Amino acid sequence: MIAVLAIVWAWLLVLLVLPTLIVLKIALSYPADSVPPYAPMLPGLHVSTDAFALILSDPLYAQALLLSLKVAGLSTAICLLAGYPMALAIARSPERWRNLLLMLVMLPFWTGFLMRINAWIGLLQDDGWINTIIVMLGLSPLRLLYTDVAMYIGIVYTYLPFMVLPIYARLSQLDGRLLEAAADLGAPPWQVFGAVTLPLSLPGVWAGVLLVFIPAAGEFVIPELLGGPQAQLIGRMLWQEFFQNGDWPTASAIACALLALLLLLPAALLRVGRTTLSRRSS
Amino acid sequence: MLKVSGLRVRFGVTMAIDGLDLAVAPGELFVLLGASGSGKSTLLRAIGGFVHPDAGRIELDGVGLAGMPPHRRPVNTMFQSYALFPHMSVAANIGFGLRMRGLAKSAIAARVTEMLELVRLRGFGTRMPAQLSGGQQQRVALARSLAPRPALLLLDEPLSALDRNLRRDTREELVRLQRDLGIAFILVTHDQEEALTMADRIGVMHRGRLMQVGTPAEVYERPNTRFVAEFLGAANVLSITLRDGRIGLSSGMTLHIATPVPADATWLAIRPERVIIGESDAPNRLSGVVVQRSYAGETLTHVVRLADGSMLRATAALRQGLNAVQVEIGDAVTLSWQPDACIVLAQ
Repeated sequence: MIAVLAIVWAWLLVLLVLPTLIVLKIALSYPADSVPPYAPMLPGLHVSTDAFALILSDPLYAQALLLSLKVAGLSTAICLLAGYPMALAIARSPERWRNLLLMLVMLPFWTGFLMRINAWIGLLQDDGWINTIIVMLGLSPLRLLYTDVAMYIGIVYTYLPFMVLPIYARLSQLDGRLLEAAADLGAPPWQVFGAVTLPLSLPGVWAGVLLVFIPAAGEFVIPELLGGPQAQLIGRMLWQEFFQNGDWPTASAIACALLALLLLLPAALLRVGRTTLSRRSS
Repeated sequence: MLKVSGLRVRFGVTMAIDGLDLAVAPGELFVLLGASGSGKSTLLRAIGGFVHPDAGRIELDGVGLAGMPPHRRPVNTMFQSYALFPHMSVAANIGFGLRMRGLAKSAIAARVTEMLELVRLRGFGTRMPAQLSGGQQQRVALARSLAPRPALLLLDEPLSALDRNLRRDTREELVRLQRDLGIAFILVTHDQEEALTMADRIGVMHRGRLMQVGTPAEVYERPNTRFVAEFLGAANVLSITLRDGRIGLSSGMTLHIATPVPADATWLAIRPERVIIGESDAPNRLSGVVVQRSYAGETLTHVVRLADGSMLRATAALRQGLNAVQVEIGDAVTLSWQPDACIVLAQ
């Protein structure tokens, strides 16, 4: 037991805490015309808070962050609305079908991520498959690629399995006799769902929401490849600071701010959820 | 009040319920007794609306229940595993059926308090099911199924998850509660002692059919088939032959029986507690050798091998204690029984 805990803590230390501290250190360094492009912090303790001051004062970063949260929030909501019925349908399907259906949910992972996003470009572009069909139906073609719609399609498509799987895991463990007991006590099907199925699957819902929201909030590739130039998300800002401007301290400060936000937000949500739960049961 | 006629339920190729008729009177405690796989739980689920019959009718107070979903049936079930909602407090569990009926909050609270008193769980309303003992969970499940005042309560093995001592107390409490409330109960069990002590009437189920229906005494004293005689009370069964209107055993002995001889008599059943070892004035006598004895605290059972090799069990109450018993394994003994202990069966 202690050995297992030691491994977990060592893992967290080496792969989360240490890299974060390194990034934090870069964020607090002075930029410099060198390789790497920041001045050493020691000796003499050269600490600069300019990078944090910049991202706090320039509204560009706050706007990018808000836009990211909005895109992540909306994508998560769409994933939840699409993923919950999918998970429920798989959990309620005959046992011999379930593994096949689960495999179909995970099947896209068999192909590389960039490959799949590129396939979407082929589908969405002006003379792509979707527009070809639209034109064949006698309608005027739509502008899809490099729009917010394309970006949301890409994010929802990519993260949907992360919503389906944890919800399915909870629903498949749900004791069918509880549903019978609720029906027996006079609950019509929709109330059985609302009073028993949904509340007992909430831990899976929360897990799915976090698994989709957190990576979606920092997403860079999908907005870059499918979204238009207007989709200035925080992930793209970070990339630009890092690779185009060569401003490592600012990029690191963005990374730190994003990490802090993504750690605090779920914790706050969890707290709110817990207090409402305990208030309801008392 | 409940009337089941010609009920058939098929699962694939097996007939779970095979042409079953049953009538339960208002306020009656009816026990369905059967081994696992006899169809007793399926019958309960068909009445509750969870299993769709292939044929037959289920009527409650003259209204057919066919096609009525479980949530519309004025029948509640107490499930074997209790099926308490783990995310709701005890009070929320008990009030669930009332909420579904759209009762006012104050009315629900009053009824929940009343039910908690009824099952002696006052002050437990805010607990969660996981914080309760098995016996307490059982009482919450009972309170939950009784709270909406069902016309009929179905209980699926309600005591099987309890410890033996708790089961005996709960049995008595359940009967008292049923008498006080006057609600008809249909209780499913595989435990014959439970059936005999609790029931107004017992229905013995076997292979999807009711083999016999009657009061506990009727079913025990006058079983109508060899199956019922052996299932309830594990009777001794000997094959018999008819000679000149009299009944003979394979040993050649002619039986003295208290009732007229039926023409189709095939089996003789004798309850082990009616068989006397040693001195008696009973006219039916056989001799044999004791091959086994088993001690059960309040009773002692000897297994005696008869001349033709068949075994007969004789159970005696240890009224004088174990020291008064003078029969040992290997002893030759005389067995005897009274004419009215003979149960003559056709099948």
